[in-house]
Amino acid sequence: MQGITKRFGQVIANDNVSLEIRRGEILALLGENGSGKTTLMNMLSGIYAPDGGQIFIDGNEVTIRSPREAFDLGIGMIHQHFKLVDVLTAAENIILGLKEPGRLNLDAVAKRVREICEAYGFDVDPQQKIYNMSVSQKQTVEIVKVLYRGVDILILDEPTAVLTPQETDRLFAVLRNMKKDGKAVVIITHKLPEVMAVSDRVAVLRKGHNIGCVKTSETTQQELVNMMVGHATTLDISRAQPKNPQPRITVTDLTCVDKDGVKRLDKVSFVANSGEILGIAGIAGSGQRELLESIAGLCPVQSGSIVYTPEEGGEQNLLGMDPLAIKNAGIAMAFVPEDRLGMGLVGSMGMTGNMMLRSWREGKGPFVDRKHPQELAKQLWKLLEIATPGTEYPVRRLSGGNVQKILVGREIASSPSVLMMAYAVRGLDINTSYVIYDLLNEQKDKGVAVIYVGEDLDVLLELCDRILVLCGGQVSGIVDARTATREQVGLLMTQIRKEGEQHE
Amino acid sequence: MQQIISLLQSSIWFGTVILYGAMGEILTEKGGNLNLGVPGIMSLGAIGGLIGSFFYETRVEEPSAAICLLVTLLCALGLSLFGGLIYSFLTITLRANQNVTGLTLTIFGCGIANFYGSSLNTLAGGVGQISLPVTSAAFRAVLPGLKNTPILNTLGWLVYLSIAIAVILWYFLSRTRTGLNLRAVGENAATADAAGINVTRYKYLAICVGCAISGLGGLYYTMDYIKGTWTSGGSLEALGWLSVALVIFARWKPIHAIWGSYLFGVLNWLYFYFADLLGLVGISVTMTRSSQEIFKMLPYVVTILVLIFVSFRRKREDQPPAGLGLPYFREER
Repeated sequence: MQGITKRFGQVIANDNVSLEIRRGEILALLGENGSGKTTLMNMLSGIYAPDGGQIFIDGNEVTIRSPREAFDLGIGMIHQHFKLVDVLTAAENIILGLKEPGRLNLDAVAKRVREICEAYGFDVDPQQKIYNMSVSQKQTVEIVKVLYRGVDILILDEPTAVLTPQETDRLFAVLRNMKKDGKAVVIITHKLPEVMAVSDRVAVLRKGHNIGCVKTSETTQQELVNMMVGHATTLDISRAQPKNPQPRITVTDLTCVDKDGVKRLDKVSFVANSGEILGIAGIAGSGQRELLESIAGLCPVQSGSIVYTPEEGGEQNLLGMDPLAIKNAGIAMAFVPEDRLGMGLVGSMGMTGNMMLRSWREGKGPFVDRKHPQELAKQLWKLLEIATPGTEYPVRRLSGGNVQKILVGREIASSPSVLMMAYAVRGLDINTSYVIYDLLNEQKDKGVAVIYVGEDLDVLLELCDRILVLCGGQVSGIVDARTATREQVGLLMTQIRKEGEQHE
Repeated sequence: MQQIISLLQSSIWFGTVILYGAMGEILTEKGGNLNLGVPGIMSLGAIGGLIGSFFYETRVEEPSAAICLLVTLLCALGLSLFGGLIYSFLTITLRANQNVTGLTLTIFGCGIANFYGSSLNTLAGGVGQISLPVTSAAFRAVLPGLKNTPILNTLGWLVYLSIAIAVILWYFLSRTRTGLNLRAVGENAATADAAGINVTRYKYLAICVGCAISGLGGLYYTMDYIKGTWTSGGSLEALGWLSVALVIFARWKPIHAIWGSYLFGVLNWLYFYFADLLGLVGISVTMTRSSQEIFKMLPYVVTILVLIFVSFRRKREDQPPAGLGLPYFREER
């Protein structure tokens, strides 16, 4: 791949990236969230079309317009979300969409599947239905599926994210077998130990640029982290010293299990203080969402406790409460979810309607009170300079920044004592981002306990007072944001703990 | 004995109408589209066939049975296919809501059919009731060699065609590559797309062929069930809804739809023969109009029971296609 560029609107996902994938070799593609790893590989597998640059396979220039064309060129990609039909068997899924000559003969397919399994050391029962399979079995079916199609270049997008350590070892053994067989393997990952364990070469992407490509045997984890996180940039976000911090929310040993039985949070413990911004860092999907939702009462908790300590003293356990119960208990909790139009606002309603989502229980008798929400909407409109034609204009049609201002404005207007925000500035321009930072600082000044989930390490380091780092649902460290460095947080995100790095 | 035979006869006649409707809907739903326009499609098929045969049979001195069949079939298939195209275009290409589109199509199809049906009755003059003896007789022709067999000697060839189509449909869905691909489209369109299956084409074809099959149900209704006449009473529409219920009853399996349709027929006609049947074993009951109506809801009660039973068992194979009713758009994530 040479000089590949891909833009999504104004965002440049890949900027002039060149990459060489060799046969008989495992290449690890390393980078933070949003560094463009998956986008780059999606272009190789025909999901996206590059806006610029060329792709060569065995010296011939090719254009790949669809997954089908990628298959024809011998490129197969295994996505994070498996593309399998649940009610069909493994064999049926494997031959799906193939145009083989002759009638459908599932026995012959099963035989070939077994041959492939034997050759590489898989364990798949072709007759088993997908819905009876574990996650790792499903992944195996996906790999067999691409091998059945005669793939030479295999791309795996974060294959180990859903596997147990033993399953990971088995996968790596299979990948090494494929390498021996002369196939080219690319694994997209952000887990350093795995990179060191399985790959021959490592390519590091950062913010859409290829930072460098090194031989695994000639590098160290620390060097890779430095390449991954880059140098700190100064953002000049004002940060005041916390005033009189008091424990507001105490979380102890919080464990959450999702509906597939995967542990999303594993014995998470921390304290969020009033008058302080607690940042939460971590690779996407490390449990940030579940953490906020369990505090807000939206996510079922398996074990652990969440205790709220009001200003005037006393304690209240929030566990098992839904948002209404929390509100009725007199706790002013504000939550700005990452999915703004899905969980936060109703897209087809105007500002007034959305303000009412917080206050519709007020008002007399069966009638809702429209007057106060409307006044609030007008205030916010002026105060936050929201660009909307009017308070009744559907919020869905506004830009992301304005939508976020409405949401944050509404949540802050409820004068919360706890404010939780997930990816508050995602997709926002610089100016709007600073408006949001200022609002957060204002709340902190008022003695609100702010929990801020962010993805940009620079912002976290300059905005927050303390940073809690999550890795795979566990707390890998809590650091003081004033003294911590990017490298330190980056290491914690990939869970390499060293002595003395935990500043409590 | 005679009552039992007539009950079975009426049940098969009745069942054949809804079997066609249900098979068309099974094919459509296996491709992931919920077409609630089945009653409308069946009405379109019915009126299409009726118009075609009316203009041929009444304008020609000596209509030939073969041409009657051909014209009627072509018109019925053509019009129901047209209904299918409207539905596919709206739901696949324009990604309109499938439920709304289907319901609209039902109202549209039934309206069109009743409008032209009444016009035909007026055009026919006389007693204000069209009759198409030649075409109807051609459709009701009994298979050779079965003239003296009870029950079978009252079944037109469309009855056998419906069973044949059900078997073909079963083979297609469970044993062929194309059928497998279609099921994948209905279960998980994104996965099918990633596997290189042309989702749009599969959906269009499944819906249009499905609608043509459903349309045959309407044709059977006018030509055989009510013997080449037309009534604007809405009874075909009721049968159309029963077809949709039959799809659920048969758990999307064409073979189950065959016996299910006849069972629905028995349940539907039971009120008519109930008193007589009990009379055979020496019990005397009198059926009033209102108690007859209770019997007519039996097929729906049975469908609800099946739904409850299937939901309790939670067997994945018995569930509706996972992508049923969901529009597919590749770039939406």
